[in-house]
Amino acid sequence: MTRTYPDEPAEEFPQPPRTITDREDRSIDVIPADDADTESLVEMYLDFDPADRAQGIPPVKEEAIREWLDTILDGDCVNVVAKHDDTVAGHATLVPDNEDEHELAIFVLQAYQGAGIGTALVETLLGQGQSKGIDHVWLTVERWNDPAISLYEKVGFEISSAESFEIEMAIRI
Amino acid sequence: MKILLGVGGSELSYQALTETLDRVAETGDELTVAVFDNEDNDADLEAVQQRIQERIDESGLEPPLRRVEGTSPGSELVNIAESEGFDRIVLGGGGRSPLGKIQLGPIVEFVLLNAQTPVTLIR
Repeated sequence: MTRTYPDEPAEEFPQPPRTITDREDRSIDVIPADDADTESLVEMYLDFDPADRAQGIPPVKEEAIREWLDTILDGDCVNVVAKHDDTVAGHATLVPDNEDEHELAIFVLQAYQGAGIGTALVETLLGQGQSKGIDHVWLTVERWNDPAISLYEKVGFEISSAESFEIEMAIRI
Repeated sequence: MKILLGVGGSELSYQALTETLDRVAETGDELTVAVFDNEDNDADLEAVQQRIQERIDESGLEPPLRRVEGTSPGSELVNIAESEGFDRIVLGGGGRSPLGKIQLGPIVEFVLLNAQTPVTLIR
């Protein structure tokens, strides 16, 4: 698949670990994650509101959640989580495709949505991606999902294709 | 029931073929298999048609196999279904992105949005 990317690379993004204060005055740590974090992520996804699923992920049943996490926590993927005390409130991931580009997705638990955590997660994930030499990142988002689309645009993603059910967006980092 | 199964040569489309042949063997539905050129795969139409014919031969059924001509297979499938009184269009699709998101290709999407005939997506 040939994808159109913005001509100019984005600025430098912040690297994990970092601590932000969200709009609800909660202290949120954004830190790298890997397969050692599987159990806390399983817990987060079991709490995930099924209505917030997009395009079939995250899966609903625990076994399917574990199988899916197994793929995206693999060594060649990049993951960061947002932690509030011991609770994983959000998770963002970059997964390589066959063209040396990376697909991005973020998930934030309902109780933590609308507080700026998604933006912090995406920026920090892209910062972690930059430090690992990743330069092309894309995602798909449902066309009715305006909050997500504005978040991605604010970070620097541009729409690369809008011909299908989903809008595809891309960024050069 | 008159079923029009579209096969474009993706792995999911062959799976849909196998499942539909199994089902038709039980239900006795009247199946037509339509092979079309899906630009998303590299295989040429001749090779796709041959592979379909092999599957059909293995099934012991004898559904007619025809080619969908033209550059817009989705539109042509919808057209065939409507003009020839098919009750249902069946397609395979809904592959997954590297991250696991379900994705529909442009042909499946066109048929889902435009068909007046019920559509079954096998994924």
